[in-house]
This record gives sequence, C-alpha cells and structure tokens, in this order.
Amino acid sequence: MGAGHHALHRPGDSPVHRLPPQCKLLATVAFTLVVVATPRELFPAFAGYALLLAGVAAAARVPAAFVLRRMVIETPFVVFAFALPLIGTGERVDVAGLSLSVEGLWAGWNIIAKATLGVVASILLAATTEPRMLLLGAQRLRLPPLLVQIAMFMLRYMDLIMDEMRRMRVAREARGFAARDVRHIPVLARSVGALFIRSYERGERVHLAMLSRGYAGTMPAMHDLSAARRQWGMALLLPGLALLLMVILRVGTP
Amino acid sequence: MTETLSLEVSRLAYAYPDGTQALFGVDLAIGRGERVALLGPNGAGKTTLVMHLNGILTPGHGSVTVAGLPVRPDTLKEIRRRVGLVFQDPDDQLFMPTVRDDVAFGPANMGVRGEELEHRVKSALERVGMLHVADRPPHHLSFGQRRRVAVATVLAMEPEILVLDEPSSNLDPASRRELAEILRSLDVTMLMVTHDLPYALELCERSLILSGGVIVADGPTREILADADLLAAHRLELPYGFAVPDPDGGPSRRT
Repeated sequence: MGAGHHALHRPGDSPVHRLPPQCKLLATVAFTLVVVATPRELFPAFAGYALLLAGVAAAARVPAAFVLRRMVIETPFVVFAFALPLIGTGERVDVAGLSLSVEGLWAGWNIIAKATLGVVASILLAATTEPRMLLLGAQRLRLPPLLVQIAMFMLRYMDLIMDEMRRMRVAREARGFAARDVRHIPVLARSVGALFIRSYERGERVHLAMLSRGYAGTMPAMHDLSAARRQWGMALLLPGLALLLMVILRVGTP
Repeated sequence: MTETLSLEVSRLAYAYPDGTQALFGVDLAIGRGERVALLGPNGAGKTTLVMHLNGILTPGHGSVTVAGLPVRPDTLKEIRRRVGLVFQDPDDQLFMPTVRDDVAFGPANMGVRGEELEHRVKSALERVGMLHVADRPPHHLSFGQRRRVAVATVLAMEPEILVLDEPSSNLDPASRRELAEILRSLDVTMLMVTHDLPYALELCERSLILSGGVIVADGPTREILADADLLAAHRLELPYGFAVPDPDGGPSRRT
C-alpha cells in the first residue's frame, strides 16, 4: 500500500516547486487551453509547446523517464487515435499497403498531439505540487471550501479505507470464500455495504473530534498561500509564451 | 474552593434520545494538577460522561463546570479550549494531511495565527517527543506514535484538563511505557478513562469507579485496587498475576 506516498509527486526544491499552487494550477489550465485552441495544421507550434514543457521539466529537475512512465495513462486515447485513420471516411491515401483516411489521419494526429501535451503538463504540475497543496490552491481559486474539505478527507482516509477493504477480503478468504463468478456478487455487495457503514461511522467520530477542537464549519486558514505578482508572472510565462508562439505562427501562415 | 477545581460535575443525569438512561446523577470534582483515573466496566457510561465534559452531549439534568465556567451553549467555544479530549482511535483524531496541520487545527480554530501558532505546534510536539515527524502524514506513523501525536493535538490548545479515553488500548508494551512516561511528565490536570487497572495505578494517585451510571467509589487508587470485593462487584479485575496489597500491608509488589 503506497500509504500517502503519492506516485505522481516528486518532492524537490526547484523554482517550479516553490511557486504557489494556485499559480501553477491556473498556468496549467491556461496552457492546455492554448494547446487545444491551436489549429492542428500548425506543426511548428506543437514543437514549440513541447520545447516549453521540456524547459519547465528542466527547471523543476524532473527527469524525462519519470514523466514518460506516468504517460501510460494516455494509452487508451492513443489506441483510439490510431484507429481513426482506419475507420475514417472520405479521401484515402495508401501508406505501406494500407488504405488510410486522410481526415482520420488528421484527427488522430490532433488527438495524440494535444492529449500528450496536456498530459505532460498535468504530470509536471502533479510532480511539483503536493496533493494537499493542489487542493489549497484550488480553494484560493474560489473552488467551494466544502468540496476542498471533502477532497482533503478523501486524501487522508483513502489508504485507511483501502486497508479496511483488504482486511475484509482476507477475512472472507480465511473462511474459504473467493469471488469467482457473478453468483458471488451478492456477497461482495454486502461487504461493500458494511464498508460504507464503517466509513460513515468513522465520519461521525471524526466530526466529534473536530468539534472537540473548536471546529465551527470552516477549516482555519493555516497556510499563507498568497502569491507575489512576480510569482504569478513566472507561472504565466508558460501559457503566455505558448499563446505568443501560436499568434506569431498564425499571422505568419496565410 | 471553586478556583482550585479544574472540573466539577454535579448530579449529572443523561438519557439517550432512544430513552436509554446512561447516567443517573454523577458527582465528581477534580482539583487542579490532579491525575485521576475513571474506572468502570464496558457500558458503565464512561464515554457518555466524557462527551459531557466538553459539551458534545447536553446534560438532561445537573451541570458540568470547568475551572469555574459552566458548560452552556454560549460557553462552548471556551469550554472546548479548556477541555482537551484525546479519543481512543487516533485515526479519528488525526484528520489533517500532515501532523503539523493537525496539531495546528485546534489553536487555529481559536484564532491563533503566525508565529504564535508555530510555537504552539512545536512545543506541543516536543512535549510528546514527536517533533521529528511534524511534516509526515499521520498514516505513515506507528500506532504508538499516532497516539502521542493525538495527545499533542490537544496539548497545543493549552487545556485546563486533559481527558484521555483508554490511552493504553492497542499499544505494545514499549509504547505503553513510553506513553506513561510522557503523560507523567506533563504538568496538566488529567482525567484518564480506562479499564487498564495497572496503568491507572502507575499514573494516577486517585481513582473513581463509574458503574451503572453513578460514581460508586472515590479514593486513592492503591486502596481501590486492593479492595477485591469492590472490584468484583463492578466487573473490574486486575490482570492475571497482579496483586495490589492492602496499603497497610507494606509496599506493593508485582508478582
């Protein structure tokens, strides 16, 4: 159980790590929007975006292998993108004996290029920002505090609940039960129900503990997350440069 | 007299909403600086009593006073600062993503900020010997460490009285001893709810027995634990191999 060790986060002390989380969040979203808004024919722009991300990774001292391993999550989209040229309609070209749809090729390229850039940007964000800081950053960006609190508790109690689930499975198996086919679903469903009730009761106890320490409906602000103008400037350099690149290239290509 | 009492409970009665009467008129007083054990079998009403001490439950009858301040809806905030409750399961008590944030939670709710908050967190963790884990998530700690951090979360609020619910439960012998050393080193009034009788003897000079919703005994721990009939009448037992000789019979031995 990777208790609390979140595989996406890579602790460090680079300039990127030190940026306030809300700046990085906004920069990532803005960068992704620029990428998505770029016309798919604008090849040099995509190359430029990739270079920008490489620059961020270098500044954050996140090795390429770390990013590559975590890009596996993109696989389903890639498979889908590769299928498009085969199933696409319209004008076709022959490549190595295969008849491929031109429109499908464009669509596939579009998906792969934009998804990859978005995924890499997100991986860099997660690698340089602790999960709880991401949530606090989101709260600074006006995400409702209640949602942030719920997510915080999920972060804290996820491993505990997984552990409880594992113990219940061991207890089932110790008495000779192993789920093999659909007829076993009712047994599993009862386990899930029991788990829900246990978690619910824990929630009540946690609430009592919170009340006992003076909780009155809002989490006290304990981290000073205010960002200096310079830090915002630094974070928005990434989407800013990306936008500039796109505009220049668009004006340059009739 | 009131000024020197940390906790005063008088004629406290309580019935749960379903009608089950749990407390039938509890009277007790704890002076400042005392360490008192509240003994009682399962189902005696110990937890119900504890829930009254910081106003989570409201008495059906009677009153609770903490250092002269009565527990009432309008005093709850101050009462919860004065009464530090340490729950039995540290996973219920430690709900923040890091130890530091968790210890800061109580004082921050009271409006403490900045350097003063830092200082409170640091000194509370130092007192339980857990400063080195400040930046770790609670679920990375051992059970004994989590219990110690749970004590720190309450110490950071600088309570008038520390109330511990079964502090020795689920601890291995070494953690149990370490916790005892820490609790003994704290200069704070303490009410320890337990049925671990040797632990009560080790830490508390005075004991109360709660049974059937009333206090049935109040006296020096050694005398109470030496009274085999009293213990037996209230489903309390010393573990196998332990005996507390009558106080007049010389020093106690563990055989």
